[in-house]
Amino acid sequence: MWASINELKEKIHAGSSEEVVAEYLERIGRSKLNAFISTSGESAISRAKEIDANDIEGPLAGIPVAIKDNISTRCIQTTCASNILKGYVPPYDAHVIERLKKAGAVIIGKTNMDEFAMGTSTETSFYGATKNPWDMERVPGGSSGGSAAAVAGGEAPIALGSDTGGSVRCPASFCGVVGLKPTYGVISRYGLIAYANSLEQIGPFATSVRDVTTLFDVVAGYDPRDSTSVDKEVNYSSSLENNVKGLRIGVPEEYFGEGTDEKVEKAVRDSINTLEELGAKTTTVKMPHTKYALAAYYIIAMSEASSNLARFDGMRYGLRTEDSDWHTTFSQVRASGFGDEVKRRILLGTYALSAGYHDKYYLKALKVRTLIKQDFERAFKDVDVLITPTMPYPAFKLGEKIDDPISLYLADVDTVPINLAGVPSISVPCGFSGGLPIGLQIIGKHFDEATILRAAYTFEENTDFHTKRPEGM
Amino acid sequence: MYDNPDGVMIGLEVHVQLNKLKTKVFCGCVTDYHNDPPNSHVCPVCLGLPGSMPVINKKAVEAAIKIGLALNCKVEEHTQFYRKNYYYPDLPKGFQITQYDFPISSGGYVMIEGEDGELRVGITRAHMEEDPGRLVHEGTIDKSKYTLIDYNRSGMALIEIVSDPDMRSPKEARRYLDKLRNIVGYLDVFDGNLEGAMRVDANISIMGGQRAEIKNISSFKGAERALLFEIVRQKNVLRRGGVVVQETRHFDEAREITLSMRTKEEAHDYRYFPEPDLVPLKISGWAPAIKETLPELPDARRMRFVEQYGIKDDHAKALTSELKLAIFYEDVAKKADPKTAAVWVCDVLKGELNYRDLTVEAFKKEHMLSVLELLAGRKITEDGAVDIIRTLLDKGGSPEEIIKEKGLVIVAGDIVETAALEAIVENPQAAADYQAGKVKALNSLVGVVMKKTKGGADARKVREVLIAILSDGFYPPIEREKIEKTIIKIGDVMVEVSKPIANLLKKMGYV
Amino acid sequence: MITRKDLTHIGWLSRLELSEKDIEKYTPKLNSVLDYFTELDDVDTEGVPPTYHVLPLSNVFREDEVSAQGGSLTQEEALSNAPKTQDGFFKAPRMM
Repeated sequence: MWASINELKEKIHAGSSEEVVAEYLERIGRSKLNAFISTSGESAISRAKEIDANDIEGPLAGIPVAIKDNISTRCIQTTCASNILKGYVPPYDAHVIERLKKAGAVIIGKTNMDEFAMGTSTETSFYGATKNPWDMERVPGGSSGGSAAAVAGGEAPIALGSDTGGSVRCPASFCGVVGLKPTYGVISRYGLIAYANSLEQIGPFATSVRDVTTLFDVVAGYDPRDSTSVDKEVNYSSSLENNVKGLRIGVPEEYFGEGTDEKVEKAVRDSINTLEELGAKTTTVKMPHTKYALAAYYIIAMSEASSNLARFDGMRYGLRTEDSDWHTTFSQVRASGFGDEVKRRILLGTYALSAGYHDKYYLKALKVRTLIKQDFERAFKDVDVLITPTMPYPAFKLGEKIDDPISLYLADVDTVPINLAGVPSISVPCGFSGGLPIGLQIIGKHFDEATILRAAYTFEENTDFHTKRPEGM
Repeated sequence: MYDNPDGVMIGLEVHVQLNKLKTKVFCGCVTDYHNDPPNSHVCPVCLGLPGSMPVINKKAVEAAIKIGLALNCKVEEHTQFYRKNYYYPDLPKGFQITQYDFPISSGGYVMIEGEDGELRVGITRAHMEEDPGRLVHEGTIDKSKYTLIDYNRSGMALIEIVSDPDMRSPKEARRYLDKLRNIVGYLDVFDGNLEGAMRVDANISIMGGQRAEIKNISSFKGAERALLFEIVRQKNVLRRGGVVVQETRHFDEAREITLSMRTKEEAHDYRYFPEPDLVPLKISGWAPAIKETLPELPDARRMRFVEQYGIKDDHAKALTSELKLAIFYEDVAKKADPKTAAVWVCDVLKGELNYRDLTVEAFKKEHMLSVLELLAGRKITEDGAVDIIRTLLDKGGSPEEIIKEKGLVIVAGDIVETAALEAIVENPQAAADYQAGKVKALNSLVGVVMKKTKGGADARKVREVLIAILSDGFYPPIEREKIEKTIIKIGDVMVEVSKPIANLLKKMGYV
Repeated sequence: MITRKDLTHIGWLSRLELSEKDIEKYTPKLNSVLDYFTELDDVDTEGVPPTYHVLPLSNVFREDEVSAQGGSLTQEEALSNAPKTQDGFFKAPRMM
């Protein structure tokens, strides 16, 4: 039931895309993971038939793909896992969706997530929590938990998520799949419903580095509708080489600090050793501002979010409550439409930007962001990649942290600095702790996805963690 | 000196809509929506749909620089867009993309005619922003049961021109607005005739109170009225021992009053921060090249007209009030007498155009030149010329056709003049009586001329010609002071006329 | 420290109706987060410029050209998600 893109292509060649798509839809239909908010059953089948009938070519011709529910899809409900967007059907496609369609991919559904991508566990969804395929009592990570769980659970071969502070890498790590957060600007954000614009990128999920790269190749590229999109067309698949000879790995000790699970630390250090044995060289690097990244990240993200989410007022789309005067109506629509965590972040973001606090919180955080970015620039003078744990611990239990925002935020400690610096990073499976997957984070320089993909690919070619599948699916 | 007894301070925020651009400021929607159904020119960007992103229209930036330069502003090295966060139903994203720190231009000025001579009104800044949508209320804003929203206007490029609080009376505010429209109108960036092309918010305070911001002013006249109302209101509040609080007020155009917009605890806190979806602009380098493309601006052109064409300053001011009119005049003045042209373009044509709500584009330069030529050649009277201009505007045709049709040429100057001279010669006593101060004596001469022209001449004109001959000695009444007078004897009567007239009469064999 | 009064004000700025119960519930949680944020007070940022954009991009424009396909929506599409409409307009509550 888990198949690579190449295996599916053979299957489509021998049979049809329709069969493949139907098989996935059937699995989603009887799943207990709650990985999807909506499935696009009929339109997916008819698209698959169309591809079969017309022999449509493309790197993903006939291949099913799952899309995080904060990416706009024409004619398919897009909710951001929020009550406020229940029933909202975008009249346009995100840039990545246009690219997927052109590549022949078949969108099979929209995946569950933390409401407005605000979370680390996919528990804040209005549509119920997603479960971790490795342990139904645990979270899949977040916020793109639905996409990661779908791929890990064999409900989609590939999927897109978005990563604002770790939202692709965290669930990839917790669900034992591969997830990439590209350099800021490499994938157009046009159509991605913004949580924190200056930090986020869309990113691919798959069960292997090769499939992640294939999907990445399809969705990456310049888009004039996103002013922060970068005009660089690269074929990343061609950089996949089983070779790390001479690769300079930096290990920032700050990422192995207090709160890091022992087994996680061991798995990551073993992985670094594996790469060393394959010819890479390791040095320790200092990234002194790492401990401030979390606070800076949350202040920036919440500030931007408080503004991004202002448009949800029930006038043009989304939830509408009983009308009274417009101030009251807006306030009531928003009070009924948003969940607690979203409200908390809006309130904190509003506070951080408000008169008298702007400099203390927002501006200060942006200055700290500069220092963190400089930490990376300094480190990358001497090394090609940095390797750290993706998450300090494996998947935690559903409900375990949901009532304690701080402890939930702390889970992002190893992923948020990457978004602050805008560099690319990939999470690949590198071991298990108590039967739960552990993720290895490989971080690169701006626009040097090729190197981290090569390192990840080499690691994968020489280990078998990525071939392990959860039982009982 | 104007002593501004109430300590009135007025600052204006004028929004100029760049409606001559093809598309909106952050998206590719067309700007030509004025006659179309609501919400028919919108896209994910200007409708603020989740996931949409703005991209800056390059032409809008160029227009902004043009305006900044024309207002004597400095174009900044680094400029950036910000989000201004506030809620209003016309604002589809819950924030407006505008500028805050680092506006595109700042620190300029405009010269206007103040209460006591020239007044320099400082321009704090001229920055770019997006227009919100349009709200339609059933009846008035405070009584309407619901609000309708049309986002066709949403995302139109606006330049907000913020003045220093340098104006001291509603009249000065009005003159500032006229001047601004005048200057910006020269730049070919907006069509001032379209609805909502220029909108005004006014800040006004008087001594002893805080300032009120008045919104929803839809015309320059409205601005003057709103300010007049506000001064009276604020004075009354203070007189009653009250406090003028800082607040936003809504101008009700129909009732010519301002209404408090305060509901609940409306404390504004716009929480400005840089728009993360737009990158900074470094465009000060564009300024020199754009400066080259600026037309000669109204003040400079006005001074040059006075100097180059020797016309009155009032005329120069009126002629430069609009770029097209200035160009029209100048084209005409190059081929005709500039002073006469100024009189006819400014005093006659402009009035007739205004009366008909037309622009100068409705009148052909060639026609103006023909009219002036006919006048100079004394082929038509001034009344005839006015008639021709009116007919051209109302019915079209050509001056020649109109003359033929209306028989205007028959009472041309020469004929009236000859008849007048004949009348004087035949009635020397009446002429002498008039010159001796018996004003009524003129009537009999007019009657004679009218008889001679078979009623074809305009009586008013006949009087004018007779007065000219008898008082100044020549017609048309030009260069009067240079004309030497002489006394001639007609029959038994001594009449004072100019030498040319005397010579004319000799030639005609009367003397 | 965020007070109940602050929270009421922020709720107003954010247009989030907060009941007494909400305020009760949120105040300690928001304060614990704000308390965590004070960690940044330890960082010396004297002379450090803020990073608004992580990439050094500038002068990104579009030409003044009407967007083709993928641009404007029809009125029907524009209104398709609106909870309330009237005569082609979006219908919002009364202003006052």
